[in-house]
Amino acid sequence: MRSPVPDKSPVPDKLSVPDTLPGHRPGCVPSGSAARGFGDFVRAHGGNGRLVVQPRMGFSDPAAMRAGLAATRASAARTVGTITLDAHTRVGHLQAAAAALREGTALNGYPVVTHPPATTARVLDGIQGPGFPVQVRHGSARPVGIFRALAALGLDASEGGPVSYCLPYGRTPLAESVSQWAAACELFASLREAGREPHLETFGGCMLGQLCPPSLLVALSVLEALFFLRHGIRSLSVSYAQQTNPEQDTEAIAALRRLCAELLPTDDWHVVVYTYMGVFPQTEHGARRLLESSAELAVRTGAERLIVKTVAESQRIPTIQENVDALELAAAAAESAARTAPAPLHHPADSPTYQQAAALVHAVLDLHPDLSQALLRAFRRGYLDVPYCLHPDNRGLTRSFIDPAGRLCWASVGNLPIGHLVRPRSTTRLTSATLLTDLTRVRNRFDAPAPPALAASRRPPARDAPKRCATG
Amino acid sequence: MADLSRPADTAADRAHTPARATVVVTTVASDSHTWNLVYLQLLLEELGYEVVNLGPCVPDELLVHHCREIRPSAVVISSVNGHGAQDGLRVIRALREDELTATLPVAIGGKLGVDGGATSHTERLLAAGFDAVFEDGADTLTAFRRFLDELGPGADRALESGAERAAVQRRHADEQMSVSV
Repeated sequence: MRSPVPDKSPVPDKLSVPDTLPGHRPGCVPSGSAARGFGDFVRAHGGNGRLVVQPRMGFSDPAAMRAGLAATRASAARTVGTITLDAHTRVGHLQAAAAALREGTALNGYPVVTHPPATTARVLDGIQGPGFPVQVRHGSARPVGIFRALAALGLDASEGGPVSYCLPYGRTPLAESVSQWAAACELFASLREAGREPHLETFGGCMLGQLCPPSLLVALSVLEALFFLRHGIRSLSVSYAQQTNPEQDTEAIAALRRLCAELLPTDDWHVVVYTYMGVFPQTEHGARRLLESSAELAVRTGAERLIVKTVAESQRIPTIQENVDALELAAAAAESAARTAPAPLHHPADSPTYQQAAALVHAVLDLHPDLSQALLRAFRRGYLDVPYCLHPDNRGLTRSFIDPAGRLCWASVGNLPIGHLVRPRSTTRLTSATLLTDLTRVRNRFDAPAPPALAASRRPPARDAPKRCATG
Repeated sequence: MADLSRPADTAADRAHTPARATVVVTTVASDSHTWNLVYLQLLLEELGYEVVNLGPCVPDELLVHHCREIRPSAVVISSVNGHGAQDGLRVIRALREDELTATLPVAIGGKLGVDGGATSHTERLLAAGFDAVFEDGADTLTAFRRFLDELGPGADRALESGAERAAVQRRHADEQMSVSV
């Protein structure tokens, strides 16, 4: 076995995840030795208070990339590996990637399409395997070329989605992204002919990184999972990025699990939590504490996998050692949380977040039997509408804000089909100053000398916390 | 572009305001970040500019095309993905080679390299034709405001009274940081 960490026994009686939580099916998890791919590995080693942790990591230099994967594998944590692609490859500027390699200019990720296949094979040789699956992260709205390269290399785990890798990050028309993603999924699914089980993770739960209300994150994650399934992918994970309030995040992940259990016609899925993706704390204590709080959130909600951030995050692309430190800190925090987490306060399955997310998902599914068409119609009508998203195919009628209790709320729901569930508050005019306050709220809270989150996360939140945002 | 401070369907009333100086807010071709662009749009609008926000991942030729069409008072390029210097050197060449944009004031700022600011790119970018470079740092916003002030009459026309200008300045006095999300 590769892992220096002995398998820890599950501690279900101490977990804050009720056994009745939908989608929580420990009996379905395959054994580690029989694991065939990324999805099986994570479900065998994550969940029930255990967490598989994963870095974001990509270097243009093959030797550095190999060293990063090796260090991830050797770290004192249960890990999977990451190859993050560079931005030129993401947008299909392969000439720019090639020029940078020729000139020796560092890229912000690994140009997997541009390096010769033999080079990538050497990067992975002896590191990637059943005990250490590797996921490729790319961010592309036109991913067919990338997936073709991955399939040729035998890389069978990736992530993204037709909406989440299109709207916030580029100019590709949504219709083009949807058809590209359909083709990419089908291409990836054909890896099964080679005896593999290709795995895709939705990025929909991470839209914009911050200030997207949780109900929309959950709905997009579920819709992208359904999209993957309808295009032949059978092994899935659904993402959710930590937002601004632990209680609301807990509700959101419970809602995500419940909707997946209700709507995905497979058991082969797991939840991946992302450490906060917005403006990150600048102090070491703030960054560490925020990372720990995301590990606690993952354990509390029964999530199987966590994608970490590092203490260097607010400054630059982290080093390999900073990534390893983050993985080990998150693993330790998860272990501690699994031992000490308090019992759940209330069953959050029917929360406002669930109700809104369910309303969004069903309204979209009802638009057209073909999910691709349904997604396009939904954005045209504003049934899906991401606040502050500048993409031309996004209506731009919605706005969000953070309420005094720290919950991320709707200021304006536009045409989202949740008007009956939300009391929008758009009394305050949005200015650059108020936006900056909301964007930096988490950073400032965690950078504060005595991190309030430490106390807050150990203490059961009050059932009817004052000033709680009614809009979810 | 829609007024970001309110939902798009209520922005129509802005059509009645008098013509104001226009600033194009944009990023480089490989950069997918947008919070920096949303913030800059709001900031510039509060300072009295009309803003055309081109959003993320703007190809060089698209930026040149829009600049030729719009004839803005200035272009503000914000990048935080680490490719800003690389892409910026290429895009400024394209802007300077076009006769309609050869003398257009163009600024670039953000996190411009991959090493967390250990290497300064300012000199190279200025030599390549940028009018101002704002590398991530404590005084970035102050320096950016100075750049805008030097643009001249655009903002002056829009801010009708000294009192209004003072209010705007007060609002921003305590936000002197760069947004690099």
